[in-house]
Amino acid sequence: MAVTKKKAAAKKSNTIKLKFDTSWSYDPAPESKSAATISKQYDLFINGEWTKPQSGKYFATINPANEEKLSEVAEANEADVNKAVASARNAYEKVWKKMPAKERAKYIFRIARMVQEKARELAIIESLDGGKPIRESRDFDVPTAANHFFYYAGWADKLEYAFPNRRTEPLGVAGQIIPWNFPLLMAAWKIAPAIATGNTVVLKPAETTPLTALKLAEIIQEADLPPGVVNIITGAGATGAAIVNHPDVNKIAFTGSTDVGKIIQRAIAGTNKKVTLELGGKAANIIFEDAPIDQAVEGVINGIFFNQGHVCCAGSRLYVQESVAKEVIRKLKDRLESLIVGDPLDKNTDIGAINSKQQLETIHKYIKIGRQEGAEMYESNCKLPGKGFFCRPTLFTNVAQSNRIAQEEIFGPVLAILTFRTDDEVIEKANNSPYGLSAGVWTDKGSKIFNMTKRMRAGVVWANTFNKFDPTSPFGGYKESGFGREGGLHGLLPYLNLVG
Amino acid sequence: MAEMLEGRKAQFIYELVQQDSTKAKAEKEVNLAIDRLIYYAGWCDKFQQLFSAVNPVASSHFNFSVPEPTGVVAIIAPQSDSLLGLVSVVAPVIAGGNTCVVLAAETKPLCAVTFAEVLNSSDLPGGVVNILTGKPSELASWFVDHMDVNATIYCENNSDTQKTMREKSATNLKRIFFYNNVNWYSEEGQSPYFIMDTQEIKTTWHPVENIAGAGGGY
Repeated sequence: MAVTKKKAAAKKSNTIKLKFDTSWSYDPAPESKSAATISKQYDLFINGEWTKPQSGKYFATINPANEEKLSEVAEANEADVNKAVASARNAYEKVWKKMPAKERAKYIFRIARMVQEKARELAIIESLDGGKPIRESRDFDVPTAANHFFYYAGWADKLEYAFPNRRTEPLGVAGQIIPWNFPLLMAAWKIAPAIATGNTVVLKPAETTPLTALKLAEIIQEADLPPGVVNIITGAGATGAAIVNHPDVNKIAFTGSTDVGKIIQRAIAGTNKKVTLELGGKAANIIFEDAPIDQAVEGVINGIFFNQGHVCCAGSRLYVQESVAKEVIRKLKDRLESLIVGDPLDKNTDIGAINSKQQLETIHKYIKIGRQEGAEMYESNCKLPGKGFFCRPTLFTNVAQSNRIAQEEIFGPVLAILTFRTDDEVIEKANNSPYGLSAGVWTDKGSKIFNMTKRMRAGVVWANTFNKFDPTSPFGGYKESGFGREGGLHGLLPYLNLVG
Repeated sequence: MAEMLEGRKAQFIYELVQQDSTKAKAEKEVNLAIDRLIYYAGWCDKFQQLFSAVNPVASSHFNFSVPEPTGVVAIIAPQSDSLLGLVSVVAPVIAGGNTCVVLAAETKPLCAVTFAEVLNSSDLPGGVVNILTGKPSELASWFVDHMDVNATIYCENNSDTQKTMREKSATNLKRIFFYNNVNWYSEEGQSPYFIMDTQEIKTTWHPVENIAGAGGGY
């Protein structure tokens, strides 16, 4: 007995403790800002033209990595929203609704190609304005945005095949409000299916990240899309409210927080507006003892630290089976140390800047709450840049199911780790959330995967992977994570009426 | 259920006549109600195939989307057509795997109560269909307020009630459906799209192994 124990101990000590206190470091490898052109000031894109705001007001958009002003953009008021909606209505009735579907498709294919052609510039601006690492904007945001246009362009003249025994009709004018975490990609997610199905659009990007949407407006103008089919107007919450409440809007598509989603649901009561809401999440990522641990650790890191954790489907709750919890936590801590936090434009950066000061404060608030509630905090020892909004990748162990950091969406690089023993227990815990956007499960056993994915109440379930997206794959939530799907065949329905 | 309903056909016709229907109309309604149950019974294991998808993602993953029941559905049944209306809204909900709480027509609840006996003698598991009688004006808000209800269906064209219901449904972001002016006697009164109203689409991803750079053909 004693001998086996000794052997086991010897085996354990073979695992080398990683050392990070080395003098080696990466040289800076920044992408060049000169490949991007940002105007000093942007007006509103209404009826195919750049239009001065009737409000007369402009507001600054800054680079969250150094707090320097990048540009200033117009603040649309109610009169501007009226103008944009009127132009979308006019384009819908006079041009877009009547145009043969295959001709609509050609415009959208053209936009897709032009997004590809300007990929480098768009990626740089995305990282400058939003703080996300250039590696992500270059390899994920921009190509996926282009792919969404490519995918939905092809649907335009094939809708009769999508819904058995039904004809389809567009809804009219779609008001679309998007968040700051994937500014260009969200714009593509919203615009591509809407115009492919024959609707016209008034889109409002988030106030902290308007620049790539405005660049997209330039592309749309250059692509000769008929004026008014896509209108892009900038502003804050009041502008969004004006779109939601506008009587001539037929459809609201919103991505953002659950609180605002509920306000929208109340606001459209008594109207015939259709709505899709893609809201918050608190995804459970579950590791079983038979999982390939190294891959799982990598998946968990990607799940929570992708885009600084500013992801509604982020795997922010980790459930580890007790028998492997120690090993997983140790490996996570090691991996945390090797993440590079810094200049978003540096090609080596893993974690860029937090999108805004306000968001950084929210994250700090939750870290404080986590500690007060008795969870143990661990953060990476990395150096943070002196200026800008940065946050160390952080994880909490000894978290209780009822802790606020395990219940509420933090929207930052903060992982809450909980443990479990049995399948039933972890399902119960994972589903114990008002949210239901996404979930992850890591195990080597196929039958267990399907048992888990079936019982998980979430719209997207990743098995032995996490945070994967594709234009062909429907995305959207259960419960308070919202309703309606974006992407894939199922992403068409929110923009159509089915007629017998 | 359809068989049990047919077995009690005479009783349902009698009850409908008691509640302001004519014999001929009542007979038609009961026959249609029987057919509607058979219609949806057939969909139980077919609509999933129609509305699922295997999604051709560009990365090395297997990806598919399937409909799943949303959970507990609260239904305020149509006030007219007290049998056919009830059956037409309950059947697609349970054919899709949901359970429901249904409020019977306020002034014509007889058939709903007898329908409960049909459910019981059909061995439908307890709790799948729960039938209440009462006033929609009093109960509607409880149907949309309840935090453990996932979706609500309302079948009257009362815009004030619709407005209140949508407002209150925001408490837990219930899915809410208004079946305005649906003619339950016509073809538009039945379709798998009624089933899909109370379904969620779940998408599952799994990596596909790439062995030594071999293509998908190996």
